[in-house]
Amino acid sequence: MVKTSYLEASRQALAEEMRRDDTVWALGEDLGRGGVFGQYKGLVDEFGPERISDAPISEACIAGAAVGAAMMGTRPVVEMRFSDFALCATDEIVNQAAKARFMFGGQLGVPLVMRQPTGAWRSSAAQHSQSLEAWYAHIPGLVVTAPATVADAKALLKAAIRCDDPVIHLEHKDLWAFEEEIPAGIDAAPLGAARIAREGEDVTIVTWSKMVHTALEAANALTDKGISAEIIDLRTLWPWDREAVYASVRKTGRAIVAHEAVLVGGFGGEIAARIGEDLYDQLKAPVRRLGAPRIPVSYAPPLEREYHVPAERIAEAAQALAARG
Amino acid sequence: MTQPDAATARNFDAARFRDLYRQMWRIRAFEEQALRGAKEGLVLGAIHPSIGQEAVAVGVCGRLNRDDILLSTHRGHGHTLIKGAAPEAMMRELFGRDGGNCGGKGGSMHIADAGVGMLGANGVVAANIPIAVGAAHAIRLRKESRIVCCIFGDGAINRGPFLEGLNWAKVFDLPVLFVCEDNRFAATTRTAAMTAGEGAAARAEALGIPADSVDGNDLVAVDELVDETLQEVRAGGGPRLIVARTYRLTGHTGADPATYRPESEVATAWEDDPIVRLAATLEAAGVSQDDCAALARQAQEEMAGVFERASAAPWPPVGHAYTDVQDTGSPEERPW
Repeated sequence: MVKTSYLEASRQALAEEMRRDDTVWALGEDLGRGGVFGQYKGLVDEFGPERISDAPISEACIAGAAVGAAMMGTRPVVEMRFSDFALCATDEIVNQAAKARFMFGGQLGVPLVMRQPTGAWRSSAAQHSQSLEAWYAHIPGLVVTAPATVADAKALLKAAIRCDDPVIHLEHKDLWAFEEEIPAGIDAAPLGAARIAREGEDVTIVTWSKMVHTALEAANALTDKGISAEIIDLRTLWPWDREAVYASVRKTGRAIVAHEAVLVGGFGGEIAARIGEDLYDQLKAPVRRLGAPRIPVSYAPPLEREYHVPAERIAEAAQALAARG
Repeated sequence: MTQPDAATARNFDAARFRDLYRQMWRIRAFEEQALRGAKEGLVLGAIHPSIGQEAVAVGVCGRLNRDDILLSTHRGHGHTLIKGAAPEAMMRELFGRDGGNCGGKGGSMHIADAGVGMLGANGVVAANIPIAVGAAHAIRLRKESRIVCCIFGDGAINRGPFLEGLNWAKVFDLPVLFVCEDNRFAATTRTAAMTAGEGAAARAEALGIPADSVDGNDLVAVDELVDETLQEVRAGGGPRLIVARTYRLTGHTGADPATYRPESEVATAWEDDPIVRLAATLEAAGVSQDDCAALARQAQEEMAGVFERASAAPWPPVGHAYTDVQDTGSPEERPW
């Protein structure tokens, strides 16, 4: 076991996949200098500037070029710098990458990965803080991954690179510095398989990305109140692991879906609705959703905090559910 | 009276242009059958005819090798046909039938034929430009010798991806031939009214990309310029741009009567029909009018047969609505 950061794990994942497969290459702004967060540090020395390629600040062209390069049999890893900037490439993601294979009757695949550093982090304010995973999960053709742990920062990026579909890979900016001990030789994770982050009996908390850690904090607090929470870390939002979620909810009879993104139209709504439709007669209480208010993320810390669902709110919701049935 | 084009004087290869004449007629006849299909309800979505623009398709795509890569536009039947796609598969695609290039899932605006290096028409104006430079980037990474040709319309030069893509091609010195097929209309608006400055060539030159303009209805001139320019691109000279000025003789779509332009303007434009012009050139070079008429008839018969066979083709199996979406998390059964 080696203590490693989420950022370093992602760096290792790319380096290992580039050693393994010489059709893998990365393109984006400032990659030669290590990337805006340092997640590409040193890679240009090993792989050279053609495979760790700088790009102009042209998000649409970075994404569009990756589509063309992927159609030609390479596996581009696209860096979008901030998930917010990927909005400049919406046509390239939604109309081109996600559609090409289907629209052309399966003649051309688009095996690209788009890394989107996501989420609120250190007063980054409204244009550098958003969590837009629900938009991508909504688009047929895309796979959506969102690692919460250091091990998954590596395993899911490796899986995304090997995947033959376009993958939107959401790396939480507030987790870059997060460290955990991970085993050497982590391999690609199966896409679409959730992870039980903590076992419990009374209430299921379905969550992903950084909110997994908030939910764990809530679960610890709940232990003191005699409530045992089970936490499901989805890891991939499309496809999401319905079986794992349903198995847990069948056991506990209570479900909370918690995410950092704005609650309205968030992906939690899809999961809550599915649980409600399919497991209605096994629920002891209505499904609860927790997410951000429908406000842009602020710069000033006391205002920025208003965006975040705190661990206490998750614990309160779990307590309220546990009191029913 | 249409005069023979000037290029006839120089080493005119009549046998070759006789075939290219037939190729222009194949496009014309294909699109006439497609318009008939639209009228008869066989073409289901919008089609964007390129009638009057055939010399650009033949002059550009006729000079591409089979393994060269082509990216086209919503008005791409001619480009695709000349790159080598089978017309029956194309017509089946327009009719939404099984056996279409894309299995009936794309239609006119989304024809690709990977087998002939055609990476797709595109329903979004200018969206093919970044994809083209990315394809060229992959060619560079893989140290291959083929090149990419990206055709777009005059309307595309006002979208951001035009700037981003041309800048990219120049910065990375990629083997791309950009062709701006200027048919003077962006959808149903005159492009000139909506375009500042001197247009595509000037914009390319501002980025250091050499650009040439040509009479896009003069097949001999287009063919010659494309040949010269492609030699430079193939030799590693970096990206080049050609503006081929032509005129869209039909409306924006098959259903557009194009009443926004005077009939006299269109009548004048028909006199400049690239097919008529090449016929005059061929005649001056000793190819008889009867021979030209026979070539036209041959193309028309080919496409009439294509129409008949495509209209008899079955619909794709309904299950195909669920295939080729994605491997991971492929679509579930009907949710209703």
